[in-house]
Amino acid sequence: MIVTVFIKAWPSFQANGLSWFGSGGNVDTQLRAMDEGVALPGHSALYLRAWPLIWGTIITTVPAVLIALAVSTLAAIFITEFAPSPVRGVLEPVVRLLAGVPSVVYGLVGILALAPLISEHLISEGRRKSVSYVVQLEGADLLLAIVILAIMITPIMIALIAGALASVPPSWKEGSAALGVNRWRTIVRVSLRTARPAIVAATVLATARALGEAIMLSMVSGSRGFAANPLDGFTFLFEPVRPLAATIVQESAGLTIGPMSHTLYAMAAVLLLSAAMLSFAGWAAKQPLKRYGIRA
Amino acid sequence: MSTAAPELRSPPAGLSVRRPPRQSIASWPLLDRAGYLLCWATGIALCLIAVGIVLYMLIKGISYLRPSLLLESPAPSLQQSKAGGFLDPIEGTFLLTAVAIAIAAPIGVALATWLSEYGQSSRLARAVESAVEIIAGTPSVVLAIFGLLVFSQSFLGFLSQNAADGAVTGQSFLTAGAIMALLALPLIVGAAREGLAQIPDRTREASHALGKTRATTIRHVLLPSIRPNIAEGVVLGMGRVIGDTAIVIILLGGTLKTESESGTPILGLLRGTGSTLTNYVYYNSPAGEGNAHEKAYAAAFVLLMIVLALNFAVTRISGGRGRRVDRTGGSWWRLAGAQGLIRRPQPAAGPES
Repeated sequence: MIVTVFIKAWPSFQANGLSWFGSGGNVDTQLRAMDEGVALPGHSALYLRAWPLIWGTIITTVPAVLIALAVSTLAAIFITEFAPSPVRGVLEPVVRLLAGVPSVVYGLVGILALAPLISEHLISEGRRKSVSYVVQLEGADLLLAIVILAIMITPIMIALIAGALASVPPSWKEGSAALGVNRWRTIVRVSLRTARPAIVAATVLATARALGEAIMLSMVSGSRGFAANPLDGFTFLFEPVRPLAATIVQESAGLTIGPMSHTLYAMAAVLLLSAAMLSFAGWAAKQPLKRYGIRA
Repeated sequence: MSTAAPELRSPPAGLSVRRPPRQSIASWPLLDRAGYLLCWATGIALCLIAVGIVLYMLIKGISYLRPSLLLESPAPSLQQSKAGGFLDPIEGTFLLTAVAIAIAAPIGVALATWLSEYGQSSRLARAVESAVEIIAGTPSVVLAIFGLLVFSQSFLGFLSQNAADGAVTGQSFLTAGAIMALLALPLIVGAAREGLAQIPDRTREASHALGKTRATTIRHVLLPSIRPNIAEGVVLGMGRVIGDTAIVIILLGGTLKTESESGTPILGLLRGTGSTLTNYVYYNSPAGEGNAHEKAYAAAFVLLMIVLALNFAVTRISGGRGRRVDRTGGSWWRLAGAQGLIRRPQPAAGPES
């Protein structure tokens, strides 16, 4: 599979060289030109500078994973240690449910319910005007993409972290408590440290999931090949982005057109390579977990 | 040792022993208390988000859901009143799931059996194992366009709908189902292997002692006893297939109506294109072309109900086995496995089980 995709992707990389990954020009225009089969003047039919898309993928994935990491660690501690058993009985189906909701439903809620909210209440007129010469702020933006992505990957991270926390041998925690350490410190110093491989594995696997998320992001991210600029201050959060995976779905109608298909397969190859690297990292990270398996 | 005895007496009156109140949270350092509160806050926030999403979908879904929507085929029309319902997408959902599971279940179980019972140490088995993991980690968009690449080869043209000029589009229920099967495969393999690992070796030995061959042992002893695991894996796989959109858009053609290829009835249907609920929601969302919010909400509501029903089924199937190991986080490991992420580190099937 990897080989096939790379073979199909090769012309695109070949035509653009390493500047495939670079920035330059408007990526939307480049893709549209490919779609229409008309090469941009002065460039080959495969001309593409994909940096805005890659950047879009990075700035949606990284913050979402960081948010999800913090939230899911706290939630996992809460579920395994503090929650009274009726609350725990509620939380478990809740997490299961959040994990099971199809991404298209998340996208729908995001675009129809949250995007208008952001557009009306969070984006002021002044802010809209300040960047109106490059891009329009419409509510479907980076902030929304990050938030929904974080909600989507939190449940799977909770599942892994809570599983690991619950597998920490009780005697270790009791030992810590017997030394007069309070519960919170016990959790931080003993349980979390024991579960650290699981937390790393959860992060890596969730990152892979977030990278590949296409449908939801193509709905809520605004889908403008615009490299949102962190120097814009808070406005940055309201600028639209366009991640790689979402681009593949949106342009999939053009898969029959030669140059376009090479380009899309090139994007897929980038995604595939990152996913494979992540899954290798995840495999490496979960090796130490096997130690606890015996005690299960 | 005799000197220890008097110390056990209660202290004289007026001299009370003050125990450090370690158990009460009020005595913790400020930072620890903040952490504790934060934990509660995230727990509650999580519940609120879930309740919010479900309630929102419920209210919107019920208010827009009409019986006619469920019974009418979609029609391409700009007027929403004439654009019909989503009967075809519902049929498409079930048909596609059936195709995918029909492909994935036998292969998945066979693969799991081979990996667990025959391929313990062979290098090929390790390779297959990591291949399954890579498939589990591949984004479904990438799987989809890979599928398109494979199935639009002309010698596989009999599987899919052909364009008027004879070009192979690679889009049909069969091709989409085959790629969907890849999506479900890791889940089925994982669940079946978990079941096989839980069967103690003495069961196999007893069967061998009765003169059964390895194959008969698998067929008559092992497989029947992991039936619940297989069912769990299949249901999880169905959930995955139903929830996926990218493959449908790219490989099923995303034609709103189920369009069968002319020819033999059933094969023609399978070679035809169509759509599923997820695709219908996408199509009718602002990101798609239809842009009919009411219908998107109604279809998403139906979709959510199907997912909830599957969730419930998984809980029922795995419920009996869950109770025993709950204290060590068994249910969490199972959820992680259900997401195709990681399987519970296998407990050694020792004599105690």
